[in-house]
Amino acid sequence: MSLNNKKINDFVIRFANVNGTGSASANFLFTKAIFRMGIPVTPKNIFPSNIQGLPTWYEVRISEKGYLGRREGIDLIVAVNPQSMLADIKSLRSGGYLLYDSSKKLHSEYLREDINYLGIPLMEMCNQNYTDARQRQLFKNIIYVGALAALLSIEFNELEGLLAEQFKGKEKLIPANIKALNLGMDFVYKNFKYPLEFHLERRDLLNESIMIDGNSACGLGAVYAGATVAAWYPITPSTSVVEAFSDYSKELRIDKVSGKKNVAIVQAEDELAAIGMVIGANWNGARAFTATSGPGLSLMNEFLGLAYFAEVPTVLIDVQRTGPSTGMPTRTQQSDILEAAYASHGDTKHVLLFPSTPKECFDMTIDSFDLAEQLQTPIILMTDLDLGMNDHISPPFKWDDKREYNRGKVLNAEALEKIDKFGRYLDVDKDGIPYRTIPGTHPTKGSFFTRGTSRDEYAIYTEDSDTYQRNMDRLIRKWNTAKDLVPEPQLYQKSNNCEVGILFFGTSTYSAEEAMDQINHNGLSVDAIRIKSFPFNKTVEQFINDHKKVFVIEQNRDAQMKSLLMIELQIDPNKLISVLNYDGMPITAENILKQVLNKIKSNPHIEKSKSI
Amino acid sequence: MSYIRPKFRHPELPKNKLGYSIDFYEGALSTLCAGCGHDSISAGVIQACYEMNIEPHRLAKLSGIGCSSKTPAYFLSNSHGFNSVHGRMPSVATGANLANRDLIYFGVSGDGDTASIGMGQFVHVIRRNLNMIYIVMNNGCYGLTKGQDSATADNGSKNKSGQINPFESIDLASLAIELGAEFVAQSFSGDKTQLIPLIKAAIKHPGFAFINVISPCVTFNNNVGSTKSYDYVREHLDATSTIDFVPEMKEITTNYEEGSSENIKMHDGSFLQLKKLAKDWDPMNRESVANAMMIAKLKGEILTGLLYMSPNTKDLHNTLETNDRALNSLSKKDLCPGSEILKTINSELR
Repeated sequence: MSLNNKKINDFVIRFANVNGTGSASANFLFTKAIFRMGIPVTPKNIFPSNIQGLPTWYEVRISEKGYLGRREGIDLIVAVNPQSMLADIKSLRSGGYLLYDSSKKLHSEYLREDINYLGIPLMEMCNQNYTDARQRQLFKNIIYVGALAALLSIEFNELEGLLAEQFKGKEKLIPANIKALNLGMDFVYKNFKYPLEFHLERRDLLNESIMIDGNSACGLGAVYAGATVAAWYPITPSTSVVEAFSDYSKELRIDKVSGKKNVAIVQAEDELAAIGMVIGANWNGARAFTATSGPGLSLMNEFLGLAYFAEVPTVLIDVQRTGPSTGMPTRTQQSDILEAAYASHGDTKHVLLFPSTPKECFDMTIDSFDLAEQLQTPIILMTDLDLGMNDHISPPFKWDDKREYNRGKVLNAEALEKIDKFGRYLDVDKDGIPYRTIPGTHPTKGSFFTRGTSRDEYAIYTEDSDTYQRNMDRLIRKWNTAKDLVPEPQLYQKSNNCEVGILFFGTSTYSAEEAMDQINHNGLSVDAIRIKSFPFNKTVEQFINDHKKVFVIEQNRDAQMKSLLMIELQIDPNKLISVLNYDGMPITAENILKQVLNKIKSNPHIEKSKSI
Repeated sequence: MSYIRPKFRHPELPKNKLGYSIDFYEGALSTLCAGCGHDSISAGVIQACYEMNIEPHRLAKLSGIGCSSKTPAYFLSNSHGFNSVHGRMPSVATGANLANRDLIYFGVSGDGDTASIGMGQFVHVIRRNLNMIYIVMNNGCYGLTKGQDSATADNGSKNKSGQINPFESIDLASLAIELGAEFVAQSFSGDKTQLIPLIKAAIKHPGFAFINVISPCVTFNNNVGSTKSYDYVREHLDATSTIDFVPEMKEITTNYEEGSSENIKMHDGSFLQLKKLAKDWDPMNRESVANAMMIAKLKGEILTGLLYMSPNTKDLHNTLETNDRALNSLSKKDLCPGSEILKTINSELR
């Protein structure tokens, strides 16, 4: 992709920091100020599995066109980490800018003829202006934000406003921060030409948008969904889901009369126990959930099989990271799809939801609780590190006060009175979904024995082949019912008009949409569908049937979504062409475009067709 | 099948205060081996619940996997039951209890289910002091897979195929005391008079109550040389105490030798009348109990009775400061912050 010639509101800045030096809040200040200027901006944390000392990067893309995926090609790098400096300098595009600490002279190996150097004596300035060691470290970060404000035309009042919010109640810290910003700005004014040829201009492109990470959105969604029990085991990148749930609960879940909590959050001894608690709580009529990542999902397989077979509602948020095994714990991937879809031994299938924005994290978390109770089965929300741990611009959250929680088919004491004989696994409505009762409901009716062993319609243990098979067939009937209850896919065209389609889901959406734009700009066209859930419904099947070739974009090595489509919809493998990204970094539009075009070249059939 | 139960019940079976006769507390027909100790424990549970006037639907039975974990099907058929997965009953019980603090949670496990595959969950449920009864039906072997040694099989014990167990055994009662459990008892499936009051006291204890019941496996571990056989256990039992459960304040009539009897007041005003049999042992003193347990082990004795109890206990709900109302009874009105608050949250994210 070529650089935008105008270079206004279209560039990528990368910050190369040392983990644990307070850079995160300074970098966020930078991003949020741009957001406040009404310009689409998307930051990505590229961080190590480490608390202190290793290199960490923060990459910010600014895009007037609203492209929120990652983009290759760094225009300016703030290189304040000697450890990664050499690699950082190499990563800069030709003609790009290197902002570095010039307190010490640059070693000759750091010199490149084709880039511009912006040396600012950050350490010296800090030593002159601040006495405290920690302050010297922290304000180094604020000084470079000040310098960037001058170089890129960030409006100073936005930075000021953000600092005022950040230090509300600790106002005496504000002047020192303002001073640091000014130090950076003044140095640029005196020493460099400013602004740079790429810089910012205020726009009004964001309307009502908010900026938040997906994990916080999931945590807030769980509060709105009425979850009262959360059990979890800490694991990157899912930890902040339950932390957010806990934080929001501190404000929103205190009983007004007693001051006690309307929520129970337990840090379990492992993921097995975490999901066991969730299943126990849901079985007992509370809404409960857990959040984990790949390694935790592997451990939870046993219990997921129980919840599927015993038909206990369960909500699990899987914030995917790079596998297999421990993999790259702090990098992103969409590689738990098959694991989640068929988790546990025996014939099992699970409902999956694929959000792609924080708003969808919020909405789909709420939907997960409704679906889990409607379908009496586990619902797995398949988010990922990119969505979960990075801030994203998102449409605002919405809640309709008229919306009621859908608790599914639960019989209360009154309903039980009217029934002669309660059958926990009787398919009364022929939709595969039986009625359940909550312990403690009625003295003599509705009790049953929940078990992972085979049983008949009345929950009585059986090894009778016909009865077993009848139950397994009912579960498939329920699965088919689920197809009409899960979120519909998003179609990007009113009617299909190309021979070639692209299919994507989750965080690949940002870059897939950008790639579609590029295809359209080149006078070509392509149909597109975004999958939001599994099982696949008719719309997905129809889309694939209506196209000769479908590119399946996903972020894993083994084309897991393609496999799932093949298995579940009996699609000819040759019809689905994989576009894959599995380096642990979020997929880029450039990558998608390159792969799509390469595959077209090597496939004469598509090349001859009208579209693409 | 251990026994065929006649369906006929005398119409004038005595009724408890709730108007239920004992058959109301029974379960499905047991499919365990005839003479299995576990069936005696089930009978003890039935008797205890009947005598304590417990509403069966206000009690939830939970178990893992194994012979012992099958037993909840054989008592209290008017209670909800959850036969979960191997070694994971404590987590399911934890979730269930968090959802509704108003029910009684009755957990049943075995030595394999607790001391091996479920050891992690066992120690952590103790650590959290979940308000539940946790009974281990301990036979020192894996019955359902035909008699392999379990982790509670004693070092030197001979199994049915004549092999001597070379490994140290895990003493669950000592471990529970070590971990800070506040109600720890040990009993023998063949001693109903001791077991039933212990079950009653465990139900009344407002925190985690553990009862390790030696329950011989008649099929795979009842041979000469086994330290979990009926004969061996009977010969080596050393009862520390007998207890009588006194549900309400009333005159205590049983006479014990002066100085050996003690009344323990429980949280709800009921009493345990405890008669100490062992010398130099105080069931309210953890250090003394731990000591007595170690000495008994060295002597090859099995201490039974109420080993340790602390009436002042803080269960998980108290630690988490959850609402006194059961969480599963809260409605959207109690739980959902509503659209106005969401608007504020949105504005804070801009």
